[in-house]
Amino acid sequence: MNGKVVMDCIDAAYASIKQHADEIMVLDQTIGDGDHVFNLIRGLEALRGIRGDLESLDFASALKLAASKVLSTVGGSSGPLFSSLLLGMSRASDHLNGDPRGYAQMYAAGVKAVQDRGKTGKGSKTMMDVLIPVAERLIELADGEPPVALILAELPREAARGVLATRDMLATKGRASFLGERSLGHIDPGARSSEIMITAVCERIGKFLSVRSNAP
Amino acid sequence: MKKIMNRVDDFLSESLAGFATAHSDVVTLHSDPVFVRRKRLTQGKVALISGGGSGHEPLHAGFVGYGMLDAACPGQVFTSPTPDQMLAAAQATDTGAGVLFIVKNYSGDVMNFEMAAEMCDARNTMVLVKDDVAVENSSHTTGRRGVAGTVIVEKVVGSLAETGADLAQCKAFGDRVAKRTGSMGVAFTSCIVPAAGTTTFRLGDDEMEVGVGIHGEPGRRRAKLASADAISSELLESIVDDLEPAKDTELLVLVNGLGGTPLGELYLLFNSARLWLERKGLHVARSLIGNVTTSLEMAGASLTLCLLDDEIRRHWDTPVRTPALRWGA
Repeated sequence: MNGKVVMDCIDAAYASIKQHADEIMVLDQTIGDGDHVFNLIRGLEALRGIRGDLESLDFASALKLAASKVLSTVGGSSGPLFSSLLLGMSRASDHLNGDPRGYAQMYAAGVKAVQDRGKTGKGSKTMMDVLIPVAERLIELADGEPPVALILAELPREAARGVLATRDMLATKGRASFLGERSLGHIDPGARSSEIMITAVCERIGKFLSVRSNAP
Repeated sequence: MKKIMNRVDDFLSESLAGFATAHSDVVTLHSDPVFVRRKRLTQGKVALISGGGSGHEPLHAGFVGYGMLDAACPGQVFTSPTPDQMLAAAQATDTGAGVLFIVKNYSGDVMNFEMAAEMCDARNTMVLVKDDVAVENSSHTTGRRGVAGTVIVEKVVGSLAETGADLAQCKAFGDRVAKRTGSMGVAFTSCIVPAAGTTTFRLGDDEMEVGVGIHGEPGRRRAKLASADAISSELLESIVDDLEPAKDTELLVLVNGLGGTPLGELYLLFNSARLWLERKGLHVARSLIGNVTTSLEMAGASLTLCLLDDEIRRHWDTPVRTPALRWGA
């Protein structure tokens, strides 16, 4: 794992967010203010704008640089939250040795950093309803030591379950919270965009690993 | 979408460039990171810094100048600015007495300002404005939105800071004023975020959104269009229920246009509000009518009440010289 992998994952997340941009915008206009997807795109484009820098760094440093770039270009809630995710992962990526458990701990540390920044757990109809279950499932799966491909296939399913769960939740955090009961029946745009990026990144890492395992 | 613009990506920078040139007697625009600061600082004065998403003009940059803010950090349209903007603004305006951040209560604004506060070398603290009473369930942990009442907080705390009050005094006064200020708005049409190009929400020709947020967030309820008297009475009842003013309390009334409503209608709404308040035994001692916290081209208005006392009234009356608010100086 190095800066090149980080950049590949950013590219994958960007392509998928662009593809689903209209859907996210409509979700956000329904219960928020409609800016979420533009903030994501602005941040991902800013990261693609420093491709050379990111690709030249080691894994931890690339995540750290990405965190700082996101913080200074995105704004809104997404900026501090995604920046915290990347920085939290960077800080927990010292002892990676290829063991999936290490990556699971790293991702969980990133999610914990988001949770601390947003002061929000599960059940408030936010992106945390995807991030936390995915982190928990990843830790659980990694402990069982299944093939990595199986883990990468299961995480998007967990993310999708998290998104659907937000449909029946009352928003108590973020702009959607101002809607009270009118937020019921709508899935959360931040949860959906998180699912889209998690799915894209899992697919990208899956391809990366299969190419590597097929290599002579 | 019909907007005066060239490229949507240049909307903010070209608008800010025009603003800064038009008001170059009072403000200076810094870029990368973007913030607007006072042209002349007062040494040893607490620096007041606010900021928030753009699209609410003249908030906040329009209130930079003598008697109000020292700097404002504009974010993208309806998106909180970033910590590097706030840090650069703090560095540029702190003259030794510390920095007071005045923040509207939105998750994004609070998080970005909190991160700036953590990283800021200067002594600093924060006043959170959450004046919108439309949020029914106050147990919401995010709490209420900060809207037009922010202008009142910026004016009176700005005045106190000019007297040489220290950071703790400015913070305490800001908290007190914020607590005595309540707002609620109504929308007749949606706004259109330039990057989106479409209306944020849809309202029928005969409908209004009561309790609308300044980003077009849906409010309390969708209702049939009503008379000015009915609108002002619904908004005022909600605000008065919340602030619970004692009889004979003197009020500052702010009638704020959301961007697409003519001044004539705002004055009519003020007249209606004043009659309602007088009937309740409340006295309108001060007023401000105009577009001070807008929501792009949204038609509609909000009402804000601030319960005055001698200190707040005195600081409201002091001279102010900013692009959007100017008297006595």
